[in-house]
Parts: sequence; C-alpha cells; structure tokens
Amino acid sequence: MADILLRGGRVIDPARNFEASAEVLLQDGKVARVEPGIAPPAGARVIDCKGLWVVPGLIDMHTHLREPGQEYKENIETGTAAAAAGGFTAVCAMPNTVPPNDNRAVTELIVRRAREAGVVRVYPIGCITQGQKGENLAEMGELQEAGCVAVSDDGKCVMNSEVMRRALEYARGLGLPVIQHAEDTNLTAGGPAHEGAASTRIGLRGQPAAAESAMVARDLELVVLTGARYHVAHASCAETVRLVRDAKRRGLPVTAEVTPHHLTLTDEACAGYDTSTRVNPPLRSDKDVAAVREALADGTLDAVATDHAPHSPVEKDVEFEQAASGMIGLETALALCLELVDAKILTPALLVTRMSVAPAKILGLPGGTLAPGSAADVTVIDPQAAWTCDPSRLRSRSRNTPFGGRAMHGQAMLTIVAGNIVFAQEKPVG
Amino acid sequence: MTGAHAFSHKHLLGMEHLSAEEITTILDLGENFLEIANRSIKKVPTLRGKTVINLFLEPSTRTRTSFEIAAKRLSADGVNFTAASSSTTKGETLIDTATNLDAMSPDIVVIRHAQAGSPLLLTKHIKAAVVNAGDGQHEHPTQALLDASTIRAHKGKIEGLTVVICGDIDHSRVARSNIFALRKLGARVRVAGPRSLLPLGIESLGVEAFDRVEPALEGADVVMMLRIQLERKAGGRFPNTREYARLFGLNARRLALAKPDAIVMHPGPMNRGVEISPEVADGPRSVILDQVARGVAIRMAVLYLLGGGSDAVE
Repeated sequence: MADILLRGGRVIDPARNFEASAEVLLQDGKVARVEPGIAPPAGARVIDCKGLWVVPGLIDMHTHLREPGQEYKENIETGTAAAAAGGFTAVCAMPNTVPPNDNRAVTELIVRRAREAGVVRVYPIGCITQGQKGENLAEMGELQEAGCVAVSDDGKCVMNSEVMRRALEYARGLGLPVIQHAEDTNLTAGGPAHEGAASTRIGLRGQPAAAESAMVARDLELVVLTGARYHVAHASCAETVRLVRDAKRRGLPVTAEVTPHHLTLTDEACAGYDTSTRVNPPLRSDKDVAAVREALADGTLDAVATDHAPHSPVEKDVEFEQAASGMIGLETALALCLELVDAKILTPALLVTRMSVAPAKILGLPGGTLAPGSAADVTVIDPQAAWTCDPSRLRSRSRNTPFGGRAMHGQAMLTIVAGNIVFAQEKPVG
Repeated sequence: MTGAHAFSHKHLLGMEHLSAEEITTILDLGENFLEIANRSIKKVPTLRGKTVINLFLEPSTRTRTSFEIAAKRLSADGVNFTAASSSTTKGETLIDTATNLDAMSPDIVVIRHAQAGSPLLLTKHIKAAVVNAGDGQHEHPTQALLDASTIRAHKGKIEGLTVVICGDIDHSRVARSNIFALRKLGARVRVAGPRSLLPLGIESLGVEAFDRVEPALEGADVVMMLRIQLERKAGGRFPNTREYARLFGLNARRLALAKPDAIVMHPGPMNRGVEISPEVADGPRSVILDQVARGVAIRMAVLYLLGGGSDAVE
C-alpha cells in the first residue's frame, strides 16, 4: 500500500489534546507522523485536506449488521459499506442475529465474514444470556476468546435481577463490559410511542420514560453490588441522564451512549405515523431531547452510537403499531451530530471524542487517536458540505430512515482503515 | 341544498385538522338529512352509482350498520368487508388490501381498524375518499360529529357550554375526537375518571382533568359517559367494575350535581350498571337514542361531502 499524506487539514485528535493545522503521514497501515510541514515521501499519495477536518476514525459501538440470518435487511458487506460512507472505520455488531451471537461459532462466522467482505473493522458483541432469553448466561468466556468485545442482549432487556447480577459478576471477572438495553417490559407493554402529550394526541399507545430509567436505577444498584463495567445502550430520557450523572459522581464504573435520532427528533415526529420513526426506545419529549443534548455536552453521556437498525418494507410498510422498531443511521449520524456543533452544543473536538475516542475507550478498542504508531484509521470530514439525504442513494440495504429530504451539513469525504482508503466522496452529494 | 360547502378535504380522518367552519358545515348538512328518516321512502338518489366499501377490520355492529344505512339512504352501493370474512386474517397487509380494493374502483372506503393511523396509511394507497370510522385509540370523527349535532340540537348552541367526558379517556377515540371538535366549537371540556385512565398530557389538548367525577360534574351542561373498554385491557387500571361503578359511575345522585337541564350522552355500547346506572341511561335527560338517530344523518352528510354526489335531495 502506498503511503498517504493528508495535507493541510485541521487535525483534531482529542485523545492527545491536539487540534491544529498539520500534515498526517500514514505509512504501513499506521500513523507515522502528525506535524506541520511534512514533505511527501517518494511515491506517497498526497491528498489536499484544506478546509477539512482530519480525525481519528469514527467508531459506532451499536450497529445491527443482521448477518447471519436476516441478510434481506442488511449484511456485513452492505452494512460496513454504509459505515464507511458515514465516516466510520469500525462498527460493533450487535448480537440479535438469527441465530443470536450467543456462542463462539456465530462469533467466528461474523469475524470470518467481516474479514472476507467487511469494508471497515467489525467488532462483535456477544449475548449476555443464551438465546437472549434472559435466563441462562451465554458462554461469555468463549465469546470473548472468539473476538467479542462486550456482551449485550440488545433488543431485549435482562429483566430478571438475579440473572443480571450474575451476568455482571461473571462479565466483571472476564473484564467484559455489560451493555444493557434498559427497558422494563412490564411498563412498556408493547407501547410503540413515548407516553406523553404527543402519544395522547395521536392516539398511539405510550410507554413511559420510567420504563427505561427504572431499569437503569435497578442496574446501578447491581453495579454497586458487583463493581462490574456497565454501559447504558441508547439512553433517551432526562431521568436516565440524571441517574447516570449521579452514578458517575459516585465513581461507579458506568458509561452511556445516545443515538443521533434521540438527539435530533422528538415524539412529534411520530405524528404522521411514519413507521421509520418507530424506534425503541421511542423518540421522546422535547425536554428529554434537551436533557440528552446537555448530557452529551457535559460528558454524562460518553458516546454517540447509531443503533443502526435496518428493516425491510415487509416490517415497515404496515400499521405503526405493527411495524418493527428501528431506523438506519450509519450514513446520517455524522451530519446529525454536526448539527449539534452548529448549535454550539458540541465543539468539534467534543464531537470527535463522542464518536471516536469514547467508544474506543469504553470497549478497549484500538483507534480513537492519531498518535504516531496507532492504526491508520482516519476520517476526513468536510464540515460544510451541503447535501440532502436521499434514502435511495444510501449504501445500506434498507431504507428505513425518517431523514429523507433533510438538508444536511457536513459529511465524510474520506474513510481510511489501516491505511487503505475504503470510501472517498466523489463530490458533495445533493 | 347547494354544492358550495365549506369543506376542502378529500378524506375525513379526524377532527384534529378540521376547522370550526367545516364542522359546522357537516352539522348543518346533517340537519337536512335527518328528515329523510321520517319519510315513508327513506331514500334519495344523491349517491346513485357510487360505491362505498365498509372496511371493518375490528368488530363493530352499530357504527357499521349506521354507515351502511347512511349509504343506502343516499342510493350508493354499499359493500361490507369485515375482518372475519376478509383476507387480513390470512396475513394480507393493509396496503395489499387497500390496493386490491382500489382495483375495484370504489368511491369511498369507510375504515374501522384497531390501530391508530391506519386510515392515513390507507389514503396513501387508494384513490377513493377515506372515512375514519375509528382507528385504535386515536379518532372516531363521525361519532364526535353526531355528538356535536346532538348537543347543538338540545342546547341550541355549543359555544360556552361545559361538557364533561367521564371514564376511560385513555383508550377512547371518542374522547379524543370530541375534545378536538368541542374545543374548536368553543365549549369548555372537562375530562374525569380514575387517574389511571387519564392519559399523560391530556391537559395539552386544552381540557381540564379531574380524578373524581363530582367536581367535574358541577355546573355541567353535557355529561358524556364512556364505555370501560375491557377488551383494551382497561381492567388492570382499576380494582373491579363494582368499585368503578361506586366511585365513578353516573347515577342520579351524581347527575344532580350538573345543571338541572344537563343532558346525558353515551356513545354505546353501554355497560349498564358500570359507567352508567339504568335509571340515568333510560331517564328523561338521556339523549342516547337521539345520538344514534343523528349518527345516520351525520354519516349521510359525510358520505355526501366526500362522495361528490349530486345536489338532488328531493
């Protein structure tokens, strides 16, 4: 592979507290040097990055690649292509595949398919319990040996407190973070929308925000008991934020993520019964959106994670209450988060922290920095590029996004994994 | 009757997006159609040659019957497509059902469906005008229209009245449609019932919420009782129907708190002895059967407006 010199960009490397105009030289799949005025080595490919941001590759710690078993929605090839187009150099594959990733055979399949067809790095996440049934612990040790970087029953909540306690203890012994999809299903009872003024007006059955926060509160008591590394998936409401903030103040080993859609859409988006707005947890009230935005800025919420959840028309072209939950997000996440930079909620460095540094740190992944010697996983961003989201042009195999037609600012121009350019924007789309 | 009516919608999906003027247009038309029920030949040629499909994907007898009679009295050809006899039980999607119906070129499809938003989904896949005959716990616009018609007939007006809606507000599309309609027409609306049956944020619809019925009834002009929807799992929201009847049911003693000339309404079917005592349901202030009669006339008005019928009523 040829050396690459990224010239004249604004290098943002929060892990080293570095933010300046500089050259970035990539050699042999690693970051070789980051400093101003590097002369291009012979044979190096020189890429002009004037006006662009050069940042450590974005990492999505919450992606549904749907392989194995639901390849009609997405597969590792299309999902990682979507990731690359969105500026991600690595994604974490959630385990609710068919069959679920609750044993090493499935993990090995995912790792092998990612090696064969993956465009970006894929880190599998294994199940907490066998079959995601919430009853018996999955073989976490073997899952870890096969390549899993965390465990989660995502899509389902570990409801049984005793099972969750033992999962936390066992995972702690292995050094595996436990990622909880926090949802008291007795309280949600299948309600497809956030319970509040909007659901009351539009007649959708609601689920209260307390269904999430009550489960987080229980889990935090179990973290006190077990000392395990606990991570809240897709935190969506003000009360969850309050609980996590308080837990961090107490020094508990707790982290949390939030999705781009919970940062940018309220429950009012469901008023037209567009099934792409049906997600779980549901889109929340404006107060909740304000709370998660503030929490992302102050670090209570550590990371942005897409919860990219592809579904086909079979699951989505139906009545709202019958539709599957989830929206795709890999190709819109960066632009949506850049809206928070425009709104002065995040600085550019904080955006990079939330989308790259923090996910790497939470899961112990390589990446999240441009320090010389680290893997050459780099994203080059044009923060100004204007484009309009056109679902038919997305790389994902599915089209379930409510952001079609939205005027976006900013996109990935170049995605580099281990020194290889895996995605290059020809010109700003739209 | 002239063809120029203040109504600009292709479909009737709910009351939320209608103006007071449009509602009044339908109510006025309904008054004109009411008289047809008293004729010896209860039929006008207004919608002759038009096809109306009653797509009822949730059990209903009175609303379907009411729409069916309304269509027949307008000389439309009415066809019933009900859940039990339909292919929806064979796993066909609503969209496929819609496109299949569309291929038969109906003029109006009246839909009853267990899930909110289904009528709107239908409009995206069918050329016919769509009438919402109840979608989940969202809206039931023709019920609100016939209720407004009944109130106006008995009280002479709607503006300035105090209307109390009692009972299972959370599961009630009737409550939502009535709240939208009555607020637009200038009524004060109170909702009352056990707190566990009042949906979060109901006040944002411009109503006052009470968790006991007595204070809500004080000074009321209209008392509208709602059915406890046990089929929508309302049962878990209160201890049992015995306590519900004792604490929240409308009986003569409670009705005495309302204005002496207050009327009592119920969208039916009633759970006698639960939300309403027989003495009140059958008493002199009950206008429940008038609601039913006006239901046919209001539905005729709606089918007329959406069906683009001729103006010949005579």
